Amino acid sequence: MINLAQSSGAEANPVLNISIFAVFVAVTLYIVFRASRTSKTAVDYYAAGHSFTGAQNGIAISGDYLSAASFLGIAGAIAVFGYDGFLFSIGFLVAWLIALLLVAELLRNTGRYTLGDVLSFRMRQRPMRAAASVSTLAVSFFYLLAQMAGAGGLVALLLDVTGKGAQALVIAVVGIIMITYVVIGGMRGTTWVQIIKATLLITGALVMTVWVLGKFGLNLSSLLGDAVTQAKSPVLDPGLQYGATGTSKLDFVSLSIALVLGTAGLPHILMRFYTVPSAKEARRSVVWAIALIGIFYLFTLVLGYGAGALVGKSVINAAPGGQNSAAPLLAYELGGTVLLGLISAVAFATILAVVAGLTITASASFAHDIYANVIKKGEVDDKAQEVRVARITAFVIGALAIGGGILALGQNIAFLVALAFAVAASANLPTIVYSLFWKRFNTSGALWSMYGGLIICIGLIIFSPAVSGKSTSMLKNADFDFFPLANPGIVSIPAAFLLGWLGTVLSKERNDAKYAEMEVRALTGAHAEKAVVH
Amino acid sequence: MSTTEQTRGPDWSAVEQSADFAVLRRRLRGFVFPMTAAFLVWYLLYVLLSDYAHGFMSTKVFGNINIGLIFGLLQFVSTFVITWLYVRYANRKLDPIADKIRAEIEGGAK
Repeated sequence: MINLAQSSGAEANPVLNISIFAVFVAVTLYIVFRASRTSKTAVDYYAAGHSFTGAQNGIAISGDYLSAASFLGIAGAIAVFGYDGFLFSIGFLVAWLIALLLVAELLRNTGRYTLGDVLSFRMRQRPMRAAASVSTLAVSFFYLLAQMAGAGGLVALLLDVTGKGAQALVIAVVGIIMITYVVIGGMRGTTWVQIIKATLLITGALVMTVWVLGKFGLNLSSLLGDAVTQAKSPVLDPGLQYGATGTSKLDFVSLSIALVLGTAGLPHILMRFYTVPSAKEARRSVVWAIALIGIFYLFTLVLGYGAGALVGKSVINAAPGGQNSAAPLLAYELGGTVLLGLISAVAFATILAVVAGLTITASASFAHDIYANVIKKGEVDDKAQEVRVARITAFVIGALAIGGGILALGQNIAFLVALAFAVAASANLPTIVYSLFWKRFNTSGALWSMYGGLIICIGLIIFSPAVSGKSTSMLKNADFDFFPLANPGIVSIPAAFLLGWLGTVLSKERNDAKYAEMEVRALTGAHAEKAVVH
Repeated sequence: MSTTEQTRGPDWSAVEQSADFAVLRRRLRGFVFPMTAAFLVWYLLYVLLSDYAHGFMSTKVFGNINIGLIFGLLQFVSTFVITWLYVRYANRKLDPIADKIRAEIEGGAK
């Protein structure tokens, strides 16, 4: 506590924080156990029996989407960099229009459990499912890294655990709780965890927003004025983070493209559309999600500038956890240790729930696409065996996430999530769009686009300043950053679209009959998977 | 395959070439493609202005509220409005005809 008190004036109360968090875990575990009673079959484990309503699923989607990156990362980026942090939230929100207009309903109508179902619909099954699963695992892994890094930073702040070993221990505890949710509750349990978490998170952000605005007489302009005075820099104007050089400006364009095109390629978001009974409910889900996510990002605008004005940039940067601790520090400034404890527990719950959502997606993709359809060639009679494989995969992914999270400690989590968006936009989105709308598209084009997008994107990240060559890089002492941009989207996304087209026209394969079936089913919902009644 | 086992029944190609389906496809694409292009252009315009027109975006309009903030908030407004427009359009123009075609397929194939 001494470090925290010195650096920020905040006095964390670890006992209180842990108690509040323990209550959340206890309540959600109880619900997960209850949910597991009706989760017996594969459709329950993967898609909650397609039985959630659009509104429930919309809240759960916002729970999945409003990760620690949104709450801690964006609030922190706005507090420190001002306007440039706000740009993250706009990209994250506008992106939902692609999901709404082009993807959600058509996807719901043509698949059952995973992205692989849709992409392999009119293609050669085994290579397509393998590709879909590889990219699902890659995107989920990047996203998991970001969440786990957030968990480490948060713990550093709350419990004043600064030793690597102790932080690693807490990350391991997070991992174990999340595995429990997923393995026991399946998609139904995980969805309920998301719903509870989203409600807590949005309520918490609302309370803090009203509180901050209250301190400034409900006058946004005077809040912004104080933020500028406190920061001694023009935080209301664009350019503080990305405006320095031509390269950083281009990096910003690249980031913006990845954000807006990434959402509709995120497997853990796409999989949520299968938890509802119809395309119409999928549409309703997206509408709920857009409303909740949009309102939440308006809150983070106030919270970020509020933290800038009331806590101050230098205090935030000096705190354990850095930028990511802006929102918790603001909570302390407003409501003392109790609000700090509550908000931190909510942030922790956020991480836990998102990590659970990612884990179930990755495990479903491995079990359903790779195990059942690639290894067993679609001839698994024993669905229980497939679900068992999914549960084992959840354990393995949990372990990997724990390890990766420890490596990624200290990075800005909004930035890490942006990389996951770049991978999703490069590897998945072109194939999804071509698959749904382009008759001529074929297996060869899909494989070129998915593997090409994935390899180019990850390759450019490895050789970018995000990984080496700068004081903020993951590997500070190495230097192999020959690609100048931290976010590869501006190169990798057009490349993936181009490869999809090229791979298609170079191959003679075409299957018009299968496209006819897919198009009719996608647009009308004929023979779509119905809800399971228990 | 799991996704194709129920599909021997209907003649999908015939449905795809039917007049009703052509209307449905034209209505869907006629709405979502231009709308996607429009919001992407509007978003990119905003991004480029924030990135390369700092002076313009920093112009104060009233109090401490500058053009950048207003443009940013307008992105929220446009997202909400497009969502509302699409839902209204889908309910009126897409769902009735999609339901009709689906009923014909599922009624005739069993």
